[in-house]
Amino acid sequence: MSENLRFRDPTVAKRVVEKIRETAPRKDTIKICHVCGTHEWTITHYGLRSLLPPTVEVIAGPGCPVCVTPASEVDEAVALALKGIAVTCFGDVLRVPGSERSLLDVKAEGADVRVVYSAMDAVRMAEREPNKEFAFFAIGFETTAPSTALEVLRKPPKNLSFLVSHRLIPPAMELLLGVGDLHIDGFIAPGHVSTIIGLKAYEVFPKAYHMPTVVAGFEPLDVLFAIYMILKQVKEGTARLENEYVRAVSWEGNIKAQEIMYKAFDIIDSQWRGLGRLPSSAFKLKEEFAIYDAREKHGIRITKGRDLPPGCQCHLVMIGKIKPTECPLFMKACTPQKPVGACMVSIEGTCRIWAKSSMM
Amino acid sequence: MAIPAKVVKIQDGKAQVDFGEGVLREVDISLVEVKVGEYVLVHAGYAIQALSQEEAEETLRLWRELLEAESSHGTK
Repeated sequence: MSENLRFRDPTVAKRVVEKIRETAPRKDTIKICHVCGTHEWTITHYGLRSLLPPTVEVIAGPGCPVCVTPASEVDEAVALALKGIAVTCFGDVLRVPGSERSLLDVKAEGADVRVVYSAMDAVRMAEREPNKEFAFFAIGFETTAPSTALEVLRKPPKNLSFLVSHRLIPPAMELLLGVGDLHIDGFIAPGHVSTIIGLKAYEVFPKAYHMPTVVAGFEPLDVLFAIYMILKQVKEGTARLENEYVRAVSWEGNIKAQEIMYKAFDIIDSQWRGLGRLPSSAFKLKEEFAIYDAREKHGIRITKGRDLPPGCQCHLVMIGKIKPTECPLFMKACTPQKPVGACMVSIEGTCRIWAKSSMM
Repeated sequence: MAIPAKVVKIQDGKAQVDFGEGVLREVDISLVEVKVGEYVLVHAGYAIQALSQEEAEETLRLWRELLEAESSHGTK
Protein backbone atom coordinates (compact mmCIF):
# COMPACT_ATOMS: atom_id res chain seq x y z
CA MET A 1 0.00 0.00 0.00
CA SER A 2 1.44 3.41 -0.88
CA GLU A 3 2.30 5.90 1.87
CA ASN A 4 -0.81 8.03 1.33
CA LEU A 5 -3.16 5.06 1.33
CA ARG A 6 -1.70 3.68 4.55
CA PHE A 7 -2.58 6.95 6.26
CA ARG A 8 -6.11 6.77 4.85
CA ASP A 9 -6.83 3.07 5.30
CA PRO A 10 -10.65 2.73 5.49
CA THR A 11 -10.49 -0.49 7.54
CA VAL A 12 -8.45 1.33 10.19
CA ALA A 13 -10.98 4.19 10.12
CA LYS A 14 -13.82 1.74 10.66
CA ARG A 15 -12.02 0.14 13.59
CA VAL A 16 -11.16 3.40 15.33
CA VAL A 17 -14.75 4.64 14.94
CA GLU A 18 -15.92 1.39 16.57
CA LYS A 19 -13.47 2.00 19.43
CA ILE A 20 -14.78 5.57 19.80
CA ARG A 21 -18.34 4.26 20.03
CA GLU A 22 -17.35 1.62 22.60
CA THR A 23 -15.42 4.12 24.74
CA ALA A 24 -17.84 7.07 24.58
CA PRO A 25 -20.08 7.53 27.61
CA ARG A 26 -23.70 6.43 27.29
CA LYS A 27 -25.27 9.46 28.95
CA ASP A 28 -22.97 12.41 29.65
CA THR A 29 -21.70 14.44 26.73
CA ILE A 30 -17.96 14.76 26.25
CA LYS A 31 -16.87 18.04 24.71
CA ILE A 32 -13.55 17.99 22.86
CA CYS A 33 -12.08 21.27 21.67
CA HIS A 34 -9.49 21.72 18.93
CA VAL A 35 -7.74 25.01 18.24
CA CYS A 36 -6.71 24.80 14.61
CA GLY A 37 -8.34 25.89 11.36
CA THR A 38 -6.80 22.92 9.55
CA HIS A 39 -8.29 20.48 12.08
CA GLU A 40 -11.70 22.09 11.51
CA TRP A 41 -11.21 21.67 7.77
CA THR A 42 -10.35 17.97 8.14
CA ILE A 43 -13.31 17.37 10.49
CA THR A 44 -15.82 19.22 8.31
CA HIS A 45 -14.49 18.19 4.89
CA TYR A 46 -14.44 14.47 5.76
CA GLY A 47 -17.70 14.63 7.74
CA LEU A 48 -16.03 13.23 10.86
CA ARG A 49 -18.71 14.64 13.20
CA SER A 50 -21.29 12.38 11.54
CA LEU A 51 -19.22 9.32 12.53
CA LEU A 52 -19.25 10.20 16.23
CA PRO A 53 -21.82 9.00 18.76
CA PRO A 54 -24.27 11.67 20.01
CA THR A 55 -22.41 11.93 23.34
CA VAL A 56 -19.18 13.12 21.69
CA GLU A 57 -19.08 16.73 20.59
CA VAL A 58 -16.10 18.32 18.84
CA ILE A 59 -15.95 22.13 18.93
CA ALA A 60 -13.60 24.60 17.25
CA GLY A 61 -11.61 27.04 19.41
CA PRO A 62 -9.69 30.16 18.30
CA GLY A 63 -7.43 28.38 15.81
CA CYS A 64 -7.58 30.80 12.90
CA PRO A 65 -4.78 33.38 13.08
CA VAL A 66 -6.42 35.81 10.72
CA CYS A 67 -9.70 35.67 12.68
CA VAL A 68 -8.12 36.47 16.05
CA THR A 69 -6.19 39.50 14.76
CA PRO A 70 -8.03 42.44 16.33
CA ALA A 71 -9.57 45.19 14.21
CA SER A 72 -7.14 47.70 15.79
CA GLU A 73 -4.18 45.93 14.16
CA VAL A 74 -5.92 45.77 10.77
CA ASP A 75 -6.54 49.51 11.29
CA GLU A 76 -2.79 49.96 11.80
CA ALA A 77 -2.10 48.20 8.48
CA VAL A 78 -4.75 50.35 6.80
CA ALA A 79 -3.18 53.50 8.33
CA LEU A 80 0.24 52.50 6.97
CA ALA A 81 -1.25 51.95 3.51
CA LEU A 82 -3.02 55.33 3.65
CA LYS A 83 0.35 56.94 4.51
CA GLY A 84 1.65 55.78 1.14
CA ILE A 85 3.58 52.79 2.45
CA ALA A 86 3.29 49.62 0.37
CA VAL A 87 1.72 47.02 2.68
CA THR A 88 2.48 43.37 1.93
CA CYS A 89 0.38 40.58 3.46
CA PHE A 90 -0.81 37.00 3.04
CA GLY A 91 -3.79 36.51 0.71
CA ASP A 92 -6.48 35.85 3.29
CA VAL A 93 -5.52 38.95 5.30
CA LEU A 94 -6.71 41.26 2.50
CA ARG A 95 -10.42 41.09 3.24
CA VAL A 96 -10.27 40.92 7.04
CA PRO A 97 -12.40 43.75 8.37
CA GLY A 98 -10.81 46.57 10.33
CA SER A 99 -12.99 48.94 12.35
CA GLU A 100 -14.22 50.61 9.19
CA ARG A 101 -12.23 49.27 6.26
CA SER A 102 -10.17 46.29 5.17
CA LEU A 103 -6.87 46.38 3.30
CA LEU A 104 -8.80 45.38 0.17
CA ASP A 105 -11.06 48.45 0.59
CA VAL A 106 -8.11 50.84 0.68
CA LYS A 107 -6.42 48.96 -2.17
CA ALA A 108 -9.56 49.60 -4.24
CA GLU A 109 -9.19 53.28 -3.35
CA GLY A 110 -5.67 53.26 -4.77
CA ALA A 111 -3.45 52.35 -1.82
CA ASP A 112 -0.49 50.08 -2.53
CA VAL A 113 -1.38 46.73 -0.94
CA ARG A 114 0.26 43.57 -2.29
CA VAL A 115 -0.20 39.88 -1.57
CA VAL A 116 2.88 37.77 -0.86
CA TYR A 117 3.27 34.03 -0.30
CA SER A 118 5.97 34.32 2.36
CA ALA A 119 8.02 36.71 4.49
CA MET A 120 10.87 35.95 2.06
CA ASP A 121 8.77 37.36 -0.82
CA ALA A 122 8.14 40.53 1.22
CA VAL A 123 11.91 40.97 1.63
CA ARG A 124 12.61 40.38 -2.06
CA MET A 125 9.93 42.86 -3.07
CA ALA A 126 11.51 45.55 -0.87
CA GLU A 127 14.95 44.75 -2.29
CA ARG A 128 13.68 45.17 -5.85
CA GLU A 129 12.22 48.62 -5.13
CA PRO A 130 14.77 50.29 -2.79
CA ASN A 131 13.18 53.74 -3.16
CA LYS A 132 9.79 52.61 -1.92
CA GLU A 133 8.86 52.11 1.75
CA PHE A 134 7.35 48.68 2.56
CA ALA A 135 5.65 47.17 5.62
CA PHE A 136 4.95 43.44 5.96
CA PHE A 137 1.81 42.65 8.00
CA ALA A 138 3.06 39.58 9.88
CA ILE A 139 0.07 37.51 11.02
CA GLY A 140 0.11 33.94 12.29
CA PHE A 141 0.68 31.67 15.27
CA GLU A 142 3.95 30.00 16.31
CA THR A 143 3.98 28.18 12.95
CA THR A 144 4.55 31.44 11.05
CA ALA A 145 6.40 33.56 13.63
CA PRO A 146 9.81 31.86 13.10
CA SER A 147 9.86 32.91 9.43
CA THR A 148 9.25 36.57 10.35
CA ALA A 149 11.96 36.32 13.05
CA LEU A 150 14.39 34.73 10.59
CA GLU A 151 13.97 37.55 8.07
CA VAL A 152 14.38 40.25 10.76
CA LEU A 153 17.59 38.62 12.04
CA ARG A 154 18.92 38.51 8.47
CA LYS A 155 18.87 42.34 8.47
CA PRO A 156 16.48 43.04 5.58
CA PRO A 157 16.71 46.25 3.52
CA LYS A 158 16.10 49.48 5.48
CA ASN A 159 12.99 50.31 3.42
CA LEU A 160 11.15 47.34 4.94
CA SER A 161 9.52 47.20 8.37
CA PHE A 162 7.26 44.62 10.03
CA LEU A 163 3.81 45.12 11.53
CA VAL A 164 4.09 42.15 13.87
CA SER A 165 0.75 40.63 14.90
CA HIS A 166 1.84 37.10 15.77
CA ARG A 167 -0.21 35.36 18.47
CA LEU A 168 0.54 32.38 20.74
CA ILE A 169 -1.77 29.37 21.03
CA PRO A 170 -1.36 28.12 24.65
CA PRO A 171 -2.73 31.36 26.21
CA ALA A 172 -5.85 31.06 24.01
CA MET A 173 -6.36 27.50 25.26
CA GLU A 174 -6.10 28.76 28.83
CA LEU A 175 -8.72 31.40 28.06
CA LEU A 176 -11.17 28.70 26.96
CA LEU A 177 -10.80 26.92 30.30
CA GLY A 178 -11.83 30.13 32.04
CA VAL A 179 -15.09 30.44 30.07
CA GLY A 180 -17.56 29.38 32.76
CA ASP A 181 -20.23 27.54 30.82
CA LEU A 182 -18.08 26.01 28.06
CA HIS A 183 -17.13 22.86 30.05
CA ILE A 184 -14.40 21.36 27.87
CA ASP A 185 -13.39 17.75 28.63
CA GLY A 186 -10.30 17.51 26.44
CA PHE A 187 -8.07 19.34 23.98
CA ILE A 188 -6.84 18.34 20.55
CA ALA A 189 -3.72 20.49 20.30
CA PRO A 190 -2.69 21.85 16.89
CA GLY A 191 -0.12 19.74 15.05
CA HIS A 192 1.62 22.43 13.02
CA VAL A 193 2.05 24.88 15.90
CA SER A 194 3.33 21.94 17.95
CA THR A 195 6.08 21.08 15.46
CA ILE A 196 7.59 24.41 16.58
CA ILE A 197 6.69 24.68 20.29
CA GLY A 198 6.79 20.95 21.07
CA LEU A 199 4.66 18.80 23.33
CA LYS A 200 6.16 20.45 26.44
CA ALA A 201 4.23 23.68 25.80
CA TYR A 202 0.97 21.93 26.78
CA GLU A 203 2.22 20.33 30.00
CA VAL A 204 0.21 22.84 32.02
CA PHE A 205 -3.16 21.53 30.76
CA PRO A 206 -3.13 18.03 32.27
CA LYS A 207 -1.06 19.16 35.27
CA ALA A 208 -2.81 22.34 36.39
CA TYR A 209 -6.25 21.90 34.79
CA HIS A 210 -6.61 18.08 34.75
CA MET A 211 -7.36 18.37 31.04
CA PRO A 212 -6.63 15.43 28.70
CA THR A 213 -4.55 16.91 25.85
CA VAL A 214 -3.54 15.15 22.64
CA VAL A 215 -1.43 16.70 19.88
CA ALA A 216 -2.81 15.50 16.53
CA GLY A 217 -1.94 15.50 12.84
CA PHE A 218 -4.25 16.43 10.00
CA GLU A 219 -5.28 13.22 8.26
CA PRO A 220 -8.86 12.19 9.12
CA LEU A 221 -7.37 9.14 10.90
CA ASP A 222 -5.10 11.40 13.00
CA VAL A 223 -8.14 13.32 14.26
CA LEU A 224 -10.19 10.17 14.90
CA PHE A 225 -7.33 8.59 16.87
CA ALA A 226 -6.90 11.79 18.90
CA ILE A 227 -10.62 11.73 19.77
CA TYR A 228 -10.28 8.09 20.81
CA MET A 229 -7.18 8.85 22.92
CA ILE A 230 -9.05 11.62 24.77
CA LEU A 231 -12.14 9.44 25.33
CA LYS A 232 -9.91 6.71 26.79
CA GLN A 233 -8.39 9.18 29.23
CA VAL A 234 -11.82 10.48 30.24
CA LYS A 235 -13.04 6.93 30.80
CA GLU A 236 -9.97 6.13 32.91
CA GLY A 237 -10.46 9.37 34.86
CA THR A 238 -6.91 10.51 34.05
CA ALA A 239 -5.47 13.58 32.35
CA ARG A 240 -2.30 13.06 30.33
CA LEU A 241 -0.44 14.84 27.59
CA GLU A 242 -0.20 12.47 24.61
CA ASN A 243 1.28 12.73 21.15
CA GLU A 244 -0.66 11.30 18.24
CA TYR A 245 1.41 13.24 15.68
CA VAL A 246 4.66 11.40 16.43
CA ARG A 247 5.80 11.68 12.81
CA ALA A 248 6.24 15.46 13.12
CA VAL A 249 6.11 16.57 16.76
CA SER A 250 8.70 15.97 19.50
CA TRP A 251 8.71 16.84 23.19
CA GLU A 252 11.09 19.79 22.68
CA GLY A 253 9.73 20.94 19.31
CA ASN A 254 11.89 22.72 16.75
CA ILE A 255 14.59 24.19 19.01
CA LYS A 256 16.31 26.04 16.18
CA ALA A 257 13.04 27.81 15.31
CA GLN A 258 12.37 28.60 18.99
CA GLU A 259 15.84 30.14 19.41
CA ILE A 260 15.31 32.31 16.34
CA MET A 261 11.87 33.43 17.62
CA TYR A 262 13.16 34.34 21.05
CA LYS A 263 16.15 36.21 19.60
CA ALA A 264 13.81 38.49 17.65
CA PHE A 265 10.71 38.76 19.85
CA ASP A 266 9.58 39.58 23.38
CA ILE A 267 6.28 38.17 24.64
CA ILE A 268 3.60 40.74 25.49
CA ASP A 269 -0.07 40.90 26.54
CA SER A 270 -2.38 41.43 23.59
CA GLN A 271 -5.88 41.96 22.33
CA TRP A 272 -7.61 39.10 20.46
CA ARG A 273 -10.56 39.87 18.20
CA GLY A 274 -13.73 39.69 20.27
CA LEU A 275 -12.00 37.78 23.07
CA GLY A 276 -10.39 40.62 25.00
CA ARG A 277 -6.88 41.04 26.31
CA LEU A 278 -4.90 37.85 27.00
CA PRO A 279 -1.75 37.89 29.14
CA SER A 280 1.56 36.91 27.47
CA SER A 281 -0.17 36.02 24.21
CA ALA A 282 1.68 37.84 21.41
CA PHE A 283 5.11 38.62 20.02
CA LYS A 284 6.67 42.06 19.72
CA LEU A 285 10.01 42.85 18.07
CA LYS A 286 12.75 43.39 20.65
CA GLU A 287 14.01 46.92 21.28
CA GLU A 288 17.22 46.29 19.30
CA PHE A 289 15.14 45.69 16.15
CA ALA A 290 13.06 48.88 16.56
CA ILE A 291 14.17 50.12 13.11
CA TYR A 292 12.25 47.18 11.65
CA ASP A 293 9.17 47.73 13.83
CA ALA A 294 6.54 49.41 11.63
CA ARG A 295 4.76 50.87 14.67
CA GLU A 296 7.95 52.56 15.94
CA LYS A 297 9.30 53.54 12.55
CA HIS A 298 6.09 55.14 11.27
CA GLY A 299 4.62 56.29 14.58
CA ILE A 300 1.47 54.24 14.28
CA ARG A 301 -0.23 52.81 17.32
CA ILE A 302 -3.94 52.06 17.40
CA THR A 303 -5.16 50.33 20.54
CA LYS A 304 -8.94 50.47 20.18
CA GLY A 305 -11.02 49.17 17.33
CA ARG A 306 -14.44 47.79 16.50
CA ASP A 307 -13.90 44.02 16.43
CA LEU A 308 -17.44 42.94 15.64
CA PRO A 309 -19.73 44.47 13.02
CA PRO A 310 -23.38 44.68 14.18
CA GLY A 311 -24.94 41.23 14.53
CA CYS A 312 -21.65 39.36 14.00
CA GLN A 313 -21.19 36.44 16.41
CA CYS A 314 -17.55 35.70 15.52
CA HIS A 315 -16.48 36.01 19.16
CA LEU A 316 -18.82 33.15 20.14
CA VAL A 317 -17.96 31.01 17.09
CA MET A 318 -14.25 31.44 17.85
CA ILE A 319 -14.52 29.95 21.32
CA GLY A 320 -16.84 27.15 20.18
CA LYS A 321 -19.72 28.56 22.20
CA ILE A 322 -22.02 28.52 19.17
CA LYS A 323 -21.89 26.79 15.78
CA PRO A 324 -21.68 29.01 12.68
CA THR A 325 -25.25 27.93 11.81
CA GLU A 326 -26.44 29.50 15.08
CA CYS A 327 -25.28 32.97 14.00
CA PRO A 328 -28.21 34.95 12.53
CA LEU A 329 -25.96 36.30 9.75
CA PHE A 330 -24.55 32.93 8.59
CA MET A 331 -25.24 32.40 4.87
CA LYS A 332 -27.74 35.26 4.94
CA ALA A 333 -25.96 38.61 5.33
CA CYS A 334 -22.57 36.87 5.72
CA THR A 335 -21.30 34.58 2.92
CA PRO A 336 -17.86 33.66 1.54
CA GLN A 337 -18.52 36.07 -1.36
CA LYS A 338 -19.56 38.92 0.96
CA PRO A 339 -18.16 38.13 4.41
CA VAL A 340 -19.20 40.27 7.37
CA GLY A 341 -17.06 38.75 10.12
CA ALA A 342 -13.45 37.59 10.17
CA CYS A 343 -14.48 33.92 10.60
CA MET A 344 -16.07 34.01 7.13
CA VAL A 345 -13.04 35.66 5.50
CA SER A 346 -10.14 33.38 6.23
CA ILE A 347 -9.74 29.92 4.71
CA GLU A 348 -9.06 28.79 8.29
CA GLY A 349 -12.17 30.48 9.71
CA THR A 350 -14.84 28.13 11.08
CA CYS A 351 -17.70 29.94 9.31
CA ARG A 352 -15.97 29.85 5.93
CA ILE A 353 -15.10 26.16 6.30
CA TRP A 354 -18.73 25.33 7.18
CA ALA A 355 -20.05 27.54 4.37
CA LYS A 356 -17.76 26.02 1.73
CA SER A 357 -18.53 22.52 2.92
CA SER A 358 -22.30 23.02 2.78
CA MET A 359 -21.96 24.29 -0.78
CA MET A 360 -20.17 21.18 -2.02
CA MET B 1 -1.66 25.10 6.96
CA ALA B 2 1.49 23.13 6.23
CA ILE B 3 2.05 20.70 3.38
CA PRO B 4 4.59 17.85 3.12
CA ALA B 5 7.08 18.03 0.26
CA LYS B 6 10.08 16.04 -0.93
CA VAL B 7 13.46 17.79 -1.02
CA VAL B 8 14.94 17.44 -4.52
CA LYS B 9 17.88 19.87 -4.44
CA ILE B 10 19.61 22.02 -1.80
CA GLN B 11 21.59 25.22 -2.35
CA ASP B 12 22.48 28.10 0.05
CA GLY B 13 19.86 27.42 2.72
CA LYS B 14 17.14 27.06 0.10
CA ALA B 15 15.71 23.86 -1.33
CA GLN B 16 13.82 22.91 -4.44
CA VAL B 17 10.93 20.78 -3.23
CA ASP B 18 8.20 18.73 -4.88
CA PHE B 19 4.71 18.86 -3.35
CA GLY B 20 3.78 15.79 -5.37
CA GLU B 21 2.64 17.75 -8.40
CA GLY B 22 5.93 17.39 -10.25
CA VAL B 23 6.58 21.15 -10.23
CA LEU B 24 9.61 22.24 -8.19
CA ARG B 25 9.19 25.12 -5.77
CA GLU B 26 11.75 26.99 -3.71
CA VAL B 27 11.48 26.89 0.07
CA ASP B 28 13.73 28.17 2.84
CA ILE B 29 15.18 25.34 4.92
CA SER B 30 17.10 27.37 7.53
CA LEU B 31 14.77 26.24 10.34
CA VAL B 32 15.43 22.51 9.83
CA GLU B 33 18.20 19.95 9.26
CA VAL B 34 17.33 18.07 6.10
CA LYS B 35 18.96 16.11 3.27
CA VAL B 36 18.02 15.55 -0.37
CA GLY B 37 15.42 12.79 -0.67
CA GLU B 38 13.86 13.51 2.73
CA TYR B 39 10.47 15.07 3.36
CA VAL B 40 9.73 18.41 5.02
CA LEU B 41 6.56 20.10 6.26
CA VAL B 42 6.29 23.46 4.45
CA HIS B 43 4.39 26.46 5.82
CA ALA B 44 4.28 29.79 3.95
CA GLY B 45 7.54 29.20 2.09
CA TYR B 46 9.57 27.79 5.00
CA ALA B 47 10.22 24.19 5.99
CA ILE B 48 9.15 24.02 9.65
CA GLN B 49 9.92 20.36 10.32
CA ALA B 50 11.77 17.44 8.74
CA LEU B 51 9.68 14.27 8.36
CA SER B 52 11.49 10.97 8.38
CA GLN B 53 10.34 7.59 7.11
CA GLU B 54 10.94 6.07 10.57
CA GLU B 55 8.63 8.60 12.22
CA ALA B 56 5.91 7.89 9.64
CA GLU B 57 6.22 4.20 10.59
CA GLU B 58 6.01 5.27 14.23
CA THR B 59 2.53 6.76 13.64
CA LEU B 60 1.29 3.55 12.03
CA ARG B 61 2.76 1.56 14.92
CA LEU B 62 1.01 3.82 17.46
CA TRP B 63 -2.34 3.37 15.65
CA ARG B 64 -1.93 -0.44 15.62
CA GLU B 65 -1.03 -0.39 19.29
CA LEU B 66 -4.09 1.69 20.18
CA LEU B 67 -6.44 -0.60 18.27
CA GLU B 68 -4.88 -3.79 19.64
CA ALA B 69 -4.52 -2.67 23.26
CA GLU B 70 -8.22 -2.06 23.56
CA SER B 71 -9.28 -5.33 21.91
CA SER B 72 -7.02 -7.38 24.20
CA HIS B 73 -8.67 -5.76 27.22
CA GLY B 74 -12.08 -6.35 25.73
CA THR B 75 -14.96 -3.99 26.31
CA LYS B 76 -17.29 -4.09 29.21
